[in-house]
Amino acid sequence: MASTIRVRATSSGETTEVQALIQHPMDSGFVKDAKGEIIPPHFIQELTFEYDGKNVFVADWGAAVSKDPYVKFSFKGGKKGDDLKISWVDNKGATDTTTAKIQ
Amino acid sequence: MSVIRSFIFSLISALLIAAATSALAASSEADFKAAYAAAEAANKEAGTLRNQWTVTAAAMAAAKKAAESGDFEKAVAQSKEAEALAKASIFQATDEKEAWKALEIK
Amino acid sequence: MNVRSAMHFALGLVALAALALGGVPPAVAADTPDPVADAKAFRKFFTEKFPKVKLEDFVNGPYSMNEDMHRQWEEKEQFPPYEFSLDMGKEMFSKPFKNGKSYADCFPNQGIGIRQNYPYFDEKEGKVITLELALNRCREANGEPPFSYVKDEMAALTAYMAFTSRGKPFDIKIPNDPRALEAYQNGKRYFYTRRGQLNFSCATCHVQSPGERIRAEVLAPALGILNAMPIYRSEWSGMGTISRRFTTCNSQIRGVPLSPQDDEYRDLEYYLSYVSNGLPISGPGARP
Repeated sequence: MASTIRVRATSSGETTEVQALIQHPMDSGFVKDAKGEIIPPHFIQELTFEYDGKNVFVADWGAAVSKDPYVKFSFKGGKKGDDLKISWVDNKGATDTTTAKIQ
Repeated sequence: MSVIRSFIFSLISALLIAAATSALAASSEADFKAAYAAAEAANKEAGTLRNQWTVTAAAMAAAKKAAESGDFEKAVAQSKEAEALAKASIFQATDEKEAWKALEIK
Repeated sequence: MNVRSAMHFALGLVALAALALGGVPPAVAADTPDPVADAKAFRKFFTEKFPKVKLEDFVNGPYSMNEDMHRQWEEKEQFPPYEFSLDMGKEMFSKPFKNGKSYADCFPNQGIGIRQNYPYFDEKEGKVITLELALNRCREANGEPPFSYVKDEMAALTAYMAFTSRGKPFDIKIPNDPRALEAYQNGKRYFYTRRGQLNFSCATCHVQSPGERIRAEVLAPALGILNAMPIYRSEWSGMGTISRRFTTCNSQIRGVPLSPQDDEYRDLEYYLSYVSNGLPISGPGARP
């Protein structure tokens, strides 16, 4: 199955800019379906970007983040050709991981 | 020109609605049925003109709900409001048959 | 009554009579629509209203109206939110039906790079055919159930087809057929007619107030407004079709929406697409 994580990391020498688009329903648990029943909460709780064995970005998310979240950030360092590992865990215990090469 | 038209239009609908919601003496189920039928007929006509309003349907639903719980006073009031709204939507559709041209880019 | 007021009165009567007898001065094109002139005037109206916006940028809707939004949108386009829907659309388009045939068999050029030709007027049927309608007819002709016009599947399919036409200019044709002209005129009339309790027409927002705000949203100009369809709307947290936009617009102004792909909507799409001829398809798009 295809990864839920799409990522693009570009290094400018000093800093690396990372963009990621993650496919996830991010149901808040406050929305009702057509029958009037609450759609149970289902959202990413932790999102981690790891480079060279260290976490360069960690997000603790909750119900307020929308569906298919998009993240953009920069971190100091990062070389072209190196790996960047991205993983998430949601409130149901599901996870996904992907590794991308910094361009 | 269209500003005046809009103003007249909203004035008329405001008057219609005000008239419709004036106080009534103890309404009966028969009163409700008559008032609701009138609202339904007007809304149906608006439907043939392809111009029904969502608020008309909402008022009719509120009227029905009030009648179900035995509050015929409210049921009649809501029916009359629905009828007024439906009539305003008919007026809008009829008036717009020519009025739309005023907005056209030429 | 003295002489003076009698004269005025008489003059008034004469004028009234002249009006009644002579009628409105003959406006040549009053009853025969002139789409070519309409499109020219339509384009002129918007390019004059927004002289700093390049013609092809009008297809970006609110992003062409607001600099800050434009910057955010440019960033977004590097990693567009519609990617998932677009991929799903491509998959769906390529997958054959149960009978072995596929969408490619229903459309010219295998369905690739043709979005800019829709809607078209079908002279056999005497009606406007939109892309969404054509897709569902293709499905039904091949034993598949039709998709809802306002849900994800149709949105994904049309997203993929729009994507294959990116950059191609809208090329809507109005054949020399009075029924086609009538459909065009119906669409135009729908666009300018006020409806709903809020008494808005499409023009109220998209001709009179582009670039301005309605609540928190910046309004798009009507020129090029369908070029980016279908759109991934943040408000919808997903991709939505033209049908979805038309119906939700109606209910937002408190008018009961018609059914998707009713004549009025097909004609409206016909009109709006035609007056944007020459502007590039930019779909699928992203919007707030």
